[in-house]
Amino acid sequence: MKPYSLLAALSGGLLVACAAAPVAKPPAPTAAVAAAPAVVAPTPQPPAYASTYRPMPAVSTLLRGATVLTGTGERLENADVLLVDGKVAALGQGLAAPAGAAVVDAKGLWVTPGIIDAHSHLGVYPSPGMRSLSDGNEATSPNTAQVWAEHSVWPQDPGFGAALAGGVTSLMILPGSANLFGGRTVTLKNVAGRSVQDMKFPGAPYGLKIACGENPKRVYGEGRKMLPSTRMGNMAGFRNAFIEARKYRDDLAKYERDRATKPDAQPPTRNLQNETLAGVLNGEIIVQNHCYRADEMVQMLDLAKEFGFRIGTFHHAVEAYKIADVLAANGTCSAMWADWWGFKMESLDGIRENIAMVDAAGACAVVHSDSDVGIQHLNQEASKAMAAGRRMGLNITPEHAITWLTRNPARAIGVADRTGTLEPGKMADVTVWNGNPFSVYALAEKVYIDGALVYDRHDPAKQPITDFALGLTPAGGAR
Amino acid sequence: MNARSLVLVALLGTSLLSSFASAETIALRGATVYTAGPSGTLQNATVIMQDGVIAAVGKDVRIPAGARVVDVAGQFITPGLIDAYGRLGVTEVDGEAATVDESAKGLPYSAAFSVAEAIEPRSQRIQVNRAEGITSGLVAPEASMDSSGLGPVIAGQASFLRLKPGMAIDVRTPVGFVFTYGEGGAALSGGARSAVLLRLRALLDDARDYAAHREAFNNGARREYTATRQDLEALQPLLAGKTPLLAEVHRASDILMLLKVAHEQHLKLVIIGGAEAWEVAPQLAAAKVPVVLDVFENLPSSFDMLGATFENAARLNAAGVEIAFAYAEHYNPRNARQLAGNAVAHGLPFDAALAAITRNPARIYGVGNTLGTLEVGKTADLVVWDGDPLETSTLTTQVYVGGEPVPTTSRQTLLRDRYRTPRGAVPPAYVHPTAK
Repeated sequence: MKPYSLLAALSGGLLVACAAAPVAKPPAPTAAVAAAPAVVAPTPQPPAYASTYRPMPAVSTLLRGATVLTGTGERLENADVLLVDGKVAALGQGLAAPAGAAVVDAKGLWVTPGIIDAHSHLGVYPSPGMRSLSDGNEATSPNTAQVWAEHSVWPQDPGFGAALAGGVTSLMILPGSANLFGGRTVTLKNVAGRSVQDMKFPGAPYGLKIACGENPKRVYGEGRKMLPSTRMGNMAGFRNAFIEARKYRDDLAKYERDRATKPDAQPPTRNLQNETLAGVLNGEIIVQNHCYRADEMVQMLDLAKEFGFRIGTFHHAVEAYKIADVLAANGTCSAMWADWWGFKMESLDGIRENIAMVDAAGACAVVHSDSDVGIQHLNQEASKAMAAGRRMGLNITPEHAITWLTRNPARAIGVADRTGTLEPGKMADVTVWNGNPFSVYALAEKVYIDGALVYDRHDPAKQPITDFALGLTPAGGAR
Repeated sequence: MNARSLVLVALLGTSLLSSFASAETIALRGATVYTAGPSGTLQNATVIMQDGVIAAVGKDVRIPAGARVVDVAGQFITPGLIDAYGRLGVTEVDGEAATVDESAKGLPYSAAFSVAEAIEPRSQRIQVNRAEGITSGLVAPEASMDSSGLGPVIAGQASFLRLKPGMAIDVRTPVGFVFTYGEGGAALSGGARSAVLLRLRALLDDARDYAAHREAFNNGARREYTATRQDLEALQPLLAGKTPLLAEVHRASDILMLLKVAHEQHLKLVIIGGAEAWEVAPQLAAAKVPVVLDVFENLPSSFDMLGATFENAARLNAAGVEIAFAYAEHYNPRNARQLAGNAVAHGLPFDAALAAITRNPARIYGVGNTLGTLEVGKTADLVVWDGDPLETSTLTTQVYVGGEPVPTTSRQTLLRDRYRTPRGAVPPAYVHPTAK
């Protein structure tokens, strides 16, 4: 049926790591991080690789009479949602439509914050899955902290549009998990762009993808007879890299202190790898850690303790339920599948209740996809997790479960202050469903990003078609 | 389970679908029953299971004396779900070759290779998926490339496995011959589709010649064949048109080519995959060739699938093509019903979606006379659900195989129960939840 998907995953192609934790301070703008150690340029030009995203044209919109899951844990019946100037302006009953506003009769429809996927490889492992388009794993060294996923993202991946039809408004693209240090992640608005810069979520912090477990030791130890070939080799690889990064950071700090008084002070030679790791040590880059097993997650928390950084999110976290209390105490998110298990040894103990049990322990639970298929129905995956939790006696409401798809992933990737909930002032990233989104029969009907209608199931003119898919979109129907 | 049978009942090459007689007569009373058969959906109905088969199903059935009555009011019953194309029992952990028996590298055999004798009936995968409603499945071999870069043109024989608890293996072999075409098949034949067809025609020609001249062959008085004697022998049910060629293929033009080849060679054909099958739906319907598909294959994942769409199932069904659903990730056939639900969301009628995971796969694999619907006389493989069986929020409450209740617990539920309470002074290793 799909003979290549699992093989690709097992060969390190698609096994990606997970993600990040809430950052203590407001994340630094992405470009600032990138430019940090460089000699300060006097011109006010925007930094290189900056976002060039501009919202699509939008009118004020009033969604009227819907069931609204706010993403803050509340459910409003027969409620209106008003979107003005790209922001959520108001929620309530009987809201007045501003002049010129589009009014949508949303009776019988459900409105949620736009879905956010904290773990995607769209663009770096795009459709079609050709060898020449496979750009997700720089599997040439266990440490490739110097690479940035955004330099691989192909904006013409038809998967972006399919994810949009699944209600996804923001997503984090990660490098793969072949390496201990896979590289920087990039957070995108799910909008059509000519370049990845056109899609970059303005001001979103960078993440650093790192990977525990089977993949790095298989790719390097088994494949190349080099370190790491064991889990202890993995840990040594992490520690050595952070020792170097710490020195780099300290040398840079010393230079910054000395430069005013010592004219001959020299900055350390710029090193992209250490620049990224220093960003982690400085708390500017969120650690997004692919890690399946409970015992390995505990090791990684100790690694973070040794070097004084935080792990934002464990991605995949198939055994998070075994240490849910530890994860809650550390404030680390877990980004999980609803029911993936048993395809490799470190996934053998996957259970349906993982997400619900992590959530019940007070830890941050995120439903992620890691899949161009799964990203199209994250709502259904949350529905499975909710049902499993209920079966074991946990009282999980739709208004709570939606936070696994919106608020919590926003927190995991560091944009929760801007999106992920329907609150006045937040970005108007909104998905309108034709029914209860936790039903298998529900479909996203309209999707708004920054207030602009970017997808309408009933209006082909409001459906993006990438260049690759041009002329291919099956006649007379949605992909 | 009641009895622990140590009898190995695998009878290769024969049809063995009769059930062990259940000691108990069970009446499930008051459910909404989706029969997937001529009776359609019955409200507030009763199903009686006796001696491993369905003794009665309907609204006004007499409950036999001595029957155990189970009140399932407000619940929903379907036939046991069928994994329409998978690896149950022959693959345990994909990433660990030692637990994988679905393919053999560098073997001189092809059509003779059968997965049936490798089946582990106590597989965790079977446990987990059966507890969630899968009661039988097609177990397919997979072609793998040898060191010279070639693979067999026929991967081997597929088996139909009923997921009975215990050591008894109820398997029927062969129910199909796996043949990989399209870009995947080309890769196994040096890179060209035409090479695949060349090899297939040569193989079938040899198998016919062999069958007509067995004695000459044994006397060494026949030309050299492209396959072993075992393979040529194994292919006879395929040549007779009794056992189908299970063709893994997506591209519409490839499907048309296979329709032509099947016609020319008098083969029974089943399309596996068929992401672009909707584009040739009238031809498939006319040839009465069914399609086993994955509803989630809606992206142009390869140049063979540029026409992939969520509406594949609905369009094929509307054109009169028989369809079945198989979930691509073989560890989770329990998600076949999610495929069915998504097909409904994209235009397929509910009854057709349910048939695609029950009645149709049973029929396609030649077991429709005993499985796939809830009708009197059929094997009592059925599932009781706490809601709409196609909903992702629905779970099983009871599962029966051959009229016997099977565990709805698994190693997964044991892990859950071990870790469900916050950690106390005693390590989890001392918490011993028990299976029911």
